[in-house]
Amino acid sequence: MELFNIFIKAAFIENMVLAYFLGMCSYLAVSKTVKTAVGLGLAVIFVLGFTMPINWLISEYLLSETGLFGVDLTFLRLILFIAVIASMVQLVEMVIEKLSPSLYNSLGIFLPLITVNCAILGGSLFMVSREYNLGESVAFGLGGGFGWFLAIIAIAAIREKIKYSAVPPALRGLGMAFILTGLMGIAFMSLMGIDPDALTGVK
Amino acid sequence: MADTITKPEVKKAEPWFGKKERQLISDPLNDNNPITVQVLGICSALAVTTLVYPSLVMAVAVIFVLVFSNLITSLLRTYIPNQVRMIVQLIIIATLVTVVELTLKAYSYDVYKKLSVFIGLIITNCIIMGRLEAFAMSNKPWKATLDGLGNGLGYGAILIAVALVRELFGKGTLMAGSGAEMKIIGASPDYMINTLESTLFGWYQPNNLMVLPAAALFIIGIFIWIHRSWNPKLVDIS
Repeated sequence: MELFNIFIKAAFIENMVLAYFLGMCSYLAVSKTVKTAVGLGLAVIFVLGFTMPINWLISEYLLSETGLFGVDLTFLRLILFIAVIASMVQLVEMVIEKLSPSLYNSLGIFLPLITVNCAILGGSLFMVSREYNLGESVAFGLGGGFGWFLAIIAIAAIREKIKYSAVPPALRGLGMAFILTGLMGIAFMSLMGIDPDALTGVK
Repeated sequence: MADTITKPEVKKAEPWFGKKERQLISDPLNDNNPITVQVLGICSALAVTTLVYPSLVMAVAVIFVLVFSNLITSLLRTYIPNQVRMIVQLIIIATLVTVVELTLKAYSYDVYKKLSVFIGLIITNCIIMGRLEAFAMSNKPWKATLDGLGNGLGYGAILIAVALVRELFGKGTLMAGSGAEMKIIGASPDYMINTLESTLFGWYQPNNLMVLPAAALFIIGIFIWIHRSWNPKLVDIS
């Protein structure tokens, strides 16, 4: 139940895009149509769900003072995390290509783009600073990815509709996407008052 | 291409700082601004801009990382195999960011605390990766350095402009947290009435909306609006 709470919290209350504004670049660049947004969103869920536990293992068993080398190697954290993310993206790309060529084709170039999505690295850094354990970090990764997925689909749907509205020319496209995201962020703030522990009766 | 044999060209010595070089610096400030036109590096622009001082530090850090990663990548560009170029670029960036992080931790711990994960997130700041891919991998070191400087300045300019609006209207101060803190608008504490500290517009009530991250989105959206009205060739036709 506690894991479920972390999932809900990461997906809705502390949504990566709308509460922390992480992963904005690809969120704004790839949200022109719902179809591509779905593809990128799914890829983000995959990668976040996979990298989180791996980075947890690395920081717990390689970098910490009680780890394999017995010395505090936390200054290597950023370099190792990003290397894991880059290689995971490459790996996920190969696995998807092998198992499901149709999904691979629909994701296309968006898979490599995920490497520089700050939601992924940000998630790993949050995981370290909040001292999650292995199970919690998986739940946090999946929840964060799911929240990102929902957010990008929502903005893509709005952007598809708003094409037919009379937006001032200079504000069309990018400018409007910024303002819409701001409004969605404010709407999402109303979820912050929810205490998932109270809902599910834990504690 | 890196591995094709380049013919020996006889060229006139190029000026060190000619028109092209100047354009590399001036372009990102207007026509090709990293934030309002290329849509790169939004995350940090939203997160750190509640106060001017941390944004200033952030801008300097990004300029440092961008200039040196562009320079190093450009020097190494003929040796980097194409298949692993992303990992190589990321390692270069991550090394520079670690340097910045440790320096900041040593000399300015408060700011380090305030910027928290966002210093680490410079690694995934798409400005840096984007410029490495688009420019440094195919240009000479001097030009790449200038490109890094130009884009860093374009990014910093927007960052500080957003922070000025947010801090002034959100808190009524400027440069809070640094030695040069100034109270500009808004009520001053009671005990300071009729002193030099009392401010010009004492009736102003700080607007809490400005402190929320969402305000940064509105402000950047409005900046894009102004920028594109003034420079109509950037308007999105699609």
